[in-house]
Amino acid sequence: MPTTSKPKPRLTWLQVGTHILGWLPLAWILFDYFTGRLSVNPIQDIEQRLGRIGVYFLIGTLACTPLSTLFGWREFLKRRRALGLYSFLYVSLHIMVFVDLDYGFNLSQIYALVTGKLYLVVGTIALLILIPLAVTSFDYFIHQMGRNWKRLHWLIYPAAILSLLHYALAQKGDLFTLRGNILKPFLLGILLILLFILRIPSLRRWLSGFRSKLTVRTHHLPQTHKITPG
Amino acid sequence: MERKLKHVEIPSSEITPYSLYLSRRDFLKTAGIVSATAFLTACGLNLPSTMASGTAFPTGTPTQSPPVPDSGQGQTTDELGNPLNTLDQITNYNNYYEFSTGKEGVNPLSKDFKTTPWAMEVGGLVQNPKTYALEDLFKFEQKERIYRLRCVEAWSMVIPWTGFQLSDLLDEVQPMTSAKYVHFITLMDRAQMPGEGNPLYPWPYSEGLRLDEAMQRLTIIATGLYGQPLPNPDGAPLRLVVPWKYGFKSIKAIVKIELTETQPETMWNDISPNEYGFYSNVNPNVDHPRWSQATERRIGELSRRPTLMFNGYYDEVASLYTGMDLRANY
Repeated sequence: MPTTSKPKPRLTWLQVGTHILGWLPLAWILFDYFTGRLSVNPIQDIEQRLGRIGVYFLIGTLACTPLSTLFGWREFLKRRRALGLYSFLYVSLHIMVFVDLDYGFNLSQIYALVTGKLYLVVGTIALLILIPLAVTSFDYFIHQMGRNWKRLHWLIYPAAILSLLHYALAQKGDLFTLRGNILKPFLLGILLILLFILRIPSLRRWLSGFRSKLTVRTHHLPQTHKITPG
Repeated sequence: MERKLKHVEIPSSEITPYSLYLSRRDFLKTAGIVSATAFLTACGLNLPSTMASGTAFPTGTPTQSPPVPDSGQGQTTDELGNPLNTLDQITNYNNYYEFSTGKEGVNPLSKDFKTTPWAMEVGGLVQNPKTYALEDLFKFEQKERIYRLRCVEAWSMVIPWTGFQLSDLLDEVQPMTSAKYVHFITLMDRAQMPGEGNPLYPWPYSEGLRLDEAMQRLTIIATGLYGQPLPNPDGAPLRLVVPWKYGFKSIKAIVKIELTETQPETMWNDISPNEYGFYSNVNPNVDHPRWSQATERRIGELSRRPTLMFNGYYDEVASLYTGMDLRANY
């Protein structure tokens, strides 16, 4: 791509990729719906898929900083907001399906569940955290809130842990004794812990140092020969 | 939907004629009308209270339904008027972790499962222990029973089973007076059942009943459904069906039945004893520790419907639990 000196922001491949990735799961669900590919329990199928995708995007959001540390590509940091908002989109759809299609707006029953069942208590707290994060994600609030913006958005860590716990607690298995149908949330939990470890400041500094050494070395590597057929 | 049907491989010679099997289009039309009506009714219904205390037995008589007939042949509904689920639904949405933990993954992964020859050993505390070949079991009177199946995950289906009463088999092997429980065990065959390699479960799958529950007339060993041999995803060639208990009690692909004096180990109870009790009777008043059991979604319907005490078989089975605290014996 030719470089231009215009101050106008350009679309990057990562940016385009993020938005394609953001809408793809929804398009996939709609495709499955219109072509009769959903399971014979379609409401639960859609509800659980939306929830899982919401968790994936939330973990994706938290992967931006570690990815930027590991690869030194700061553009990952610019994709955080979009990923976070896609997560909120899928979480919102997940909750709409729960309230409307699944429980038919039976508010008294929903209230009893949301306050009585741990996985729903945990899920609801995660939602209540995500709402102000989504609302304050605009530049306006970032500028207005100053240091408080960072403080507020630190809450994404407990939100991610609670979302994953909500997912694990809804499974027919036990996350703590590691028995039953628990492999997926368990592996996501490991991933989340890894992402948290990669944020430890000293490790981050060491990794950035190690990476810059590596880049210097690769610059001195001779060009490999092109293998031509014949 | 059509694309999935091809996985059900049954030789045409084995298919018994069944007047029951309406043309798909007609069936869907009927089912559509009935479920739409059910939707409207369900909206006005009060849900059973989950706050009931004490023994968790409901007050009053919750059902005054006719007993389940022995011959459901020709019926398009169960004894409460609920329409049957389609063969498509029954064979493409299965919890059968020996093949896959995904309910839609079971059908494709089980299509080559070998069910002949098959032997089932009946032993333990019995006078006449015996190993039955599959064919031998057809000497017991085959009955057509339309049962509701309520999964512990809060979905349900109505299924037209064919099978024999477990009591007929037990009468033949003669349980000793010391026998109090019946233990069932699934085939262990990792080559055919890839899920049995999953270390998160204590394989092989096993289940158990109290002897009087096993002798109850509703307890059957199913050999078929919709007039056909039992499809592989539904537990071919032999599975237990205990319609007033959560679906996981109805163990599939049985190779061994053992009469015991003490309460046998059962798989889900072993995995999570505080969540999956030995009894696991369908009970809207006793929730799963993590989720509600007050309502369920019937496959093919849009709204939830209230779950019935003992899955609607109250009149036939409640006497088995007289005086028992069903909250403690979940």
